[in-house]
Order: sequence, then structure tokens, then C-alpha cells
Amino acid sequence: MKLLKLVPDDTNIDFLKWRTWAFGISLLLMIASVGLVATKGLNFGVDFIGGQMIRATFTQSASAPVSELRETVAQLGYGDPTIQRFGAENQVSIRMKLPEGADKNPELANAMATKITNTLKAGHPDVRIDGVDSVSGKVSEELFSKGILALLAAMAGVSIYIWFRFEWQFGVGAIWSLVHDVTLTFGLFALTGWEFDLNIIAALLTIIGYSLNDTVVVYDRIRENLMKFRKMEMASLLNLSVNETLSRTVMTSVSISLPLIVLVLFGPDVIFGFSAAMAFGIVVGTYSSIYQAAPILIWLKVGSHSFVPSDEAGSKAERISEGFES
Amino acid sequence: MFDFPRWRVWMLNTLIILGVLFAIPSVLPTHIRAQLAQFVPTPTINLGLDLAGGSHILLEADTSQLAETRLEALEDSVRTAMRRADPRIAISDVSRANGQLSFTVDSPAQVDAAREALLPLTSNATGSRDWNIGVNDGNRMILTPAGAGDETALDQAMDTAKDVIDRRINALGTLEPTIIRQGENRIVVQVPGLDDPEALKALIGKTAKLEFKLVDEQADPDQTAQGKARVGSQVLPYPDNPSGLPYIAVRRLGGISGDKLVKADPTFDSQTNEPAVTIQFDSEGGQKFARMTQQNVNKLFAIVLDGQVISAPQIREPIFGGVSQISGSFTTESANALSISLRSGALPVDLKIVEERSVGPDLGADSIRRGILAAVIGTTAILVLMFLVYGRFGMYANVALIINVAMILGVMAFANATLTLPGIAGFVLTIGAAVDANVLINERIREELKRGRRVVQAIEFGYKEASRAIFDANSTNVIAAVLLFIFGSGPIRGFAVVLMIGIVTSVFTAVTITRMWVSRWVKRTRPNDLTI
Repeated sequence: MKLLKLVPDDTNIDFLKWRTWAFGISLLLMIASVGLVATKGLNFGVDFIGGQMIRATFTQSASAPVSELRETVAQLGYGDPTIQRFGAENQVSIRMKLPEGADKNPELANAMATKITNTLKAGHPDVRIDGVDSVSGKVSEELFSKGILALLAAMAGVSIYIWFRFEWQFGVGAIWSLVHDVTLTFGLFALTGWEFDLNIIAALLTIIGYSLNDTVVVYDRIRENLMKFRKMEMASLLNLSVNETLSRTVMTSVSISLPLIVLVLFGPDVIFGFSAAMAFGIVVGTYSSIYQAAPILIWLKVGSHSFVPSDEAGSKAERISEGFES
Repeated sequence: MFDFPRWRVWMLNTLIILGVLFAIPSVLPTHIRAQLAQFVPTPTINLGLDLAGGSHILLEADTSQLAETRLEALEDSVRTAMRRADPRIAISDVSRANGQLSFTVDSPAQVDAAREALLPLTSNATGSRDWNIGVNDGNRMILTPAGAGDETALDQAMDTAKDVIDRRINALGTLEPTIIRQGENRIVVQVPGLDDPEALKALIGKTAKLEFKLVDEQADPDQTAQGKARVGSQVLPYPDNPSGLPYIAVRRLGGISGDKLVKADPTFDSQTNEPAVTIQFDSEGGQKFARMTQQNVNKLFAIVLDGQVISAPQIREPIFGGVSQISGSFTTESANALSISLRSGALPVDLKIVEERSVGPDLGADSIRRGILAAVIGTTAILVLMFLVYGRFGMYANVALIINVAMILGVMAFANATLTLPGIAGFVLTIGAAVDANVLINERIREELKRGRRVVQAIEFGYKEASRAIFDANSTNVIAAVLLFIFGSGPIRGFAVVLMIGIVTSVFTAVTITRMWVSRWVKRTRPNDLTI
């Protein structure tokens, strides 16, 4: 049987030739992302800013009457709602700030939800209320700080691991590429205005996990080649490592992207932002392993001296993985 | 590498079979599962509310109010103890400011006696101290909460509150709530399948603290209207007051509390035919109630619920037997809700709803259906691609991948874990890791073959060399998962749990199991060349 080869044998692309360009472009994109988040802001869901979100589907209509809803809800006297379509044309989310004093008296929040849903039902008999979320200011602050803390802890933890298992430069490279991926994803959310809620934090974590996986594979090959070819110049060695692992990189990225693309296209509307974030992250994560994590090693002066036989990390790695493998 | 003793093969196969068996109930349609459950235990994965629909309510206790309640209770028992002391100890200037109780013992000579009388009140059943006793200026006694006193009280109150909520929701019937304590002062209530939680909230949001207090009939209505009461009295809201004034003054002392009930039922008032609630005290409460009514015939007493007066009838005759009726402006529903609340006891603390989420069942079902469809299409695409690229070894990887999915489901079912949307993200990541492990191994075998190694050796090196990267990649994921579990909140933890389970099963199936198959194949056929 003739097997399919996604990457031809003996592929030798000079990836590292464009490293300065790639790094510059990445840096610009990161600055742009930070700028976008700072000026345009993220479209935080009620998870992170508190408030109330009502999701509704107009089952008999092709498209939800957004502007009419905005007016009728605003007339209820609870302030202006943020109304967005999400997923299908006939689905909307209506977001409100919690009424004054709702922290002390939850019934006020209740009353608001009831009043809004009743108004919707009165005006549109075909409306189906899909969900009501009410999050108080205190809880949303906690969710936000805990989410960010978890994100930072995970990034720091894995970088320290990489530092121990490889060299400190590899740890720096790993955390840099993670920061790169996360920043660009934040930028994507600021740019598109997709809702940023707790599920997106889970998507970010998946991106971190995947990107790191990718970085580790490339780093593992670099470590191996550093010990094998002590005389080779660093840029060529990185190129060799990236090319040797290229067929794996392509195969894995394609495999993971397949279900994600399907999820983006056919998956539930509620998780559109979530699937899209992950699909985006796979692309960025693969790119960053090659163009961020690898070249940084040159700038941080990793070379043949990094894994001299006396070093603990390499031999320890062998021992541990042997024990793990048998 | 190729050495797989028979016991090991058996062990691995047993693990696979167990994992798959545990996964089966979760993927069966509900009615078949129900039939199966009659014969064998069927542990199943719970679907999170974001997938299955239902209500999630997070309640938070008001800790300051709890301290205040404790202080009030202490004041009551201190007054009683001083009155009952022999000789009676006269005290004055009782104050509950700044979280401490202070009072003056009128005669400095009695300070020691007062301290003696206080001792039993200030330590709890386990003998540890709840309150510290201090003396200022010779005869001013000050009781301050001791170290763990407030925390223990909060802990107990939260446990009681959890039980009370459990009883109240169970009274509603068929729901299957999950009620868990979270942190030191929170309780999470999750009810799958309930998308309109109004009734539920009405039920668990009420403290249901019932008190009977004597009305202060000497109170000046003008003062009451301004919220001012005489010494020993207090003004309470009374929305249905027939006099039109929405307040009433009641005596602070000499009332009884309604937490000693054995029964509470909705009924109809025999005279007005309006909904009402009958209550029955236990014997101790019944005696107190009889004494109170006996001593106050022809006076008015106020029925107070959660600090608000429901009605203030006149005591026409002493009520013996401990049965009483509460009437006010009830509807059938509110009378029913109140009797459930009273039956299950009062909440020891006020609980506020700080977070509430409800997901309609249609949305949840739609999410699941489309999610499953996407998962099936996506996975099939991976399987086809793996086979096209790696042939026989791709097939090994594919079967391992399917077993992996089954095992993750099996372990989750066994641990009775909950699958949520973020959990699905964790699932995707572990599937990715499993595919990647096989890709790494197979690519490495290709490479080693290309370098001119013989088939058996290439396979051996492929597994060995790839294992290092697989080990590192999965270790980082384990670290991330553990940190996420420690630092994350609910949904993020759901992600972390699936990730932890998935990493273990992924490595097990993608590395160990495929190696077993590959080595058996190598032994059987002794291949001289390999298409991979």
C-alpha cells in the first residue's frame, strides 16, 4: 500500500532565514493586540463584569428584531441593554447591568429578569428563553481574578518545568511563545468583539497546552541535535530540528484542526467563540513554536556548550523517559 | 521493548475492558440505561448544566449578621443567667456595640459571682472557649468573641443551612438537586432540568425565622411612624397593618421563637376562608406558647416572619396543645411555600443569591446534538487521515484512540464526574495529545528506517526516542492541569479534571497499548520491511 506523505521526504526549508522578520511582525501584532485591548476593550460577558444576561431565540423568525428589542427593553427603566446576535440570526443575548442595590437584595435582579422576559414574551409569542445568568459584582470580580491567576500560574508552572528539564533559555523561550499566543488571542477577541467569558479562558488554556506541546517537541529535537552535532552552527541546527519534526508538526496540526474546523462550522452556536479561539490558537501556537520559541534560543546564546555531557538535565531526561517508556 | 509477559497482556487488556465497560452506560439512551440499571450498577457521567440545561444558584451567607445573631443570643442567655443567679445579679447599660457584649454589674461586690455565672455560657460543648470575659473599671464586664468562636459558629450554621435547603428542595418533589458548600460562607445549589427557578428561589431565599412577640400597646403611634420605640420595644415593618401604618412596635422580650415546630401545613382559615398555615410546636415550645398566651389574654401578639410582621391578632384565650394558625394575606402558593420553609426549619443565617444561571433544556439539547455531530465528524476525519498516512500503525493508533475516548468516559463515569463545555475543551486537548503521541512515534520510526535501521530496531528506537518528547509534553500538561485545579474556579476546574484523566489514559493507550500490539505483531510476523 502506498502511504500518504503530507511532507515530502528530505524537506529542507530555511525557516530561520526569516526569523528577524517573523519576530518583528509578531512584535508588531502583539503591540497592536495590546493597543486594541486597551482602546477598544474586550467584550466581557457577565462572568467577568457582573450583570444579567438573557439569551433568547425567536423560533419563528428568520432574524431577531435587535433594534426594536433595544428600544422596548430600554423603556423598562433599567438602563440601556447591550443586545447582540450570537450564533444564528434569530438568537440574541441581552445584557444588563444589575439594578442599584441588587447586591443587598437579589430580588431586584429577579424582578428585572422577570420583567424583561415577560416583555419579550408579550411582544413576541414565538420567543424561547434559553437562559438567564445573573452574576453579582463580587462574584464576577472573583471569577475574573481567579481566571487570570489560573492562567498565569499555569504559564509560570510549565515554564519552570521546561527550565528544569532543558536549560533556562528554553524556559524563557517557552513562556515567551505562550505570552505571544495568549496576547494575539486577546487581540483577536478585541478586534472581533466576540464575547469574552469563562469558557474563553478554558479555550486559552487549551491553546497554551497545545502550543506548549508543540514547543516541547521542537525543543526535544533541538536538545537531541545539540548533543549529536556539537560543531553545527546554531541557525542550521534549529533549521534541521524544525525540518526533522516538520512532518510531525503538519500531521498533528492538521489532525487537531479537523475537529475544530468542524466545531466552528457545525458546532453549537453557544461555543462558536470558544471553538474559533481554539482553531486560531492552533495556528498561532504552531507558528510560535517555530518562529518564536526556536529563534529565541539563538538570541539567548544557546549553543553546543548548553548540553555538555556533564550536564544533568539531558541524562536525567533520558533516564526518566526510559523508566516511563518501559 | 518487545517483551510483554502474559500477565502484563492480561493486565492491560483487563484495564481496557474495565474502562470501556464503565463508559457504556453513559452512551446508552436513557430508557435502555434505566432498564439495565435494574440488573447492574450503571455509573454515568453527569452532564453539566451548560450542556443539559438547569439552574445553578450560588448563595452567600451574611457573616456580619451571623455575628450579630450570636451576640443577641448571648445577651438573652446572659440576662437569664443574671436573673436566675442566687442572689440575683442586677445589671444595667447592656450594649452590643463593636461585636462585643458589655454590661455593668450594679454592685461591684457581685462581679466575681457574675463571672462565675458567665463561665458556662462562654464555652461550648467541646470545652473550648467561645467568648473571652474581661472586666473594665472594676464592674464593667466585656465579652468578646474568642479566636475560633465565630468561625465555628459559621461552619455549623452553613452545615445546618445546607441541610435546611436540602429539605426544602426535596419537599418540592421530583428534582435531583446537588447542594454543596463552597468556601467558608457559600452554598451552591444545582438543579438539572429546571429552567425556571422562580419557585426554587422563593423557597431557598427565605430565612423563615418565625417569632411570636407581644405588641407594645402603649407605644405612641407618631413615634412608631418615625421608627422610634420605647426602651424595651422595637419597631418592625407590618405591611398589612389594618391601621394603615406600615409599622408596629413590639416588645423585645417575652416572646417565643417558632423554631421548635413539629408540623406546618397549608390550610384555610375557618372564618375568612383565606389561605393560612397551621403550625404545631413540639412539647417544649407548646408549653412556652401556652404560658405566653395564658399570661397575656386579651393582648395583641405579633407573628413575625423574617423580621416582618405578618399579622397581629388578639389572644382571646390561652392556647394549649401547641397548635396555632398563622393567617395574613397569603395566596395558596405562598401558604404552601411558607409551610415547607417552616417545616424544614429556619435558616440559621441569611443567604443572598450572588450568582444565578439557568439554561433552557432546548438550548442544552441542541448544544449536545451538534456537539456530538461535530465530534463524530472530526474524529472520523482524524481516523481516516491516520490510516492514510501510517497504514497498519495508523490503525493501531486509531483503535487506541477510540479506546482512549471510551476510557476517559469510563473513568469520568466511575468518578461520577461532570462533563461541561470547558470539559469538552479538555477532551479536545487530550485527544490531540493522544494523536500527537502516535504521530511522534510513527514519524520517528519512519526517520529511523530512513537512516537505515532494520525494522525491529527502528520500531524500538521510534518508541524510545519519541517517549522523551511525549513524556515532557504530557508532564507540562499535568502541571498545568494541577495548577488550574488549585487556582481556577468552577468551569476551569472542569477543564482541569478532564485534562488530568485524559493525559493518563492518552499516554496509556497511545504509548503502552499500541506498543503491546506492535510488539505482538513483530513477534508473530518478524517483518523485514515496513511501510509506514
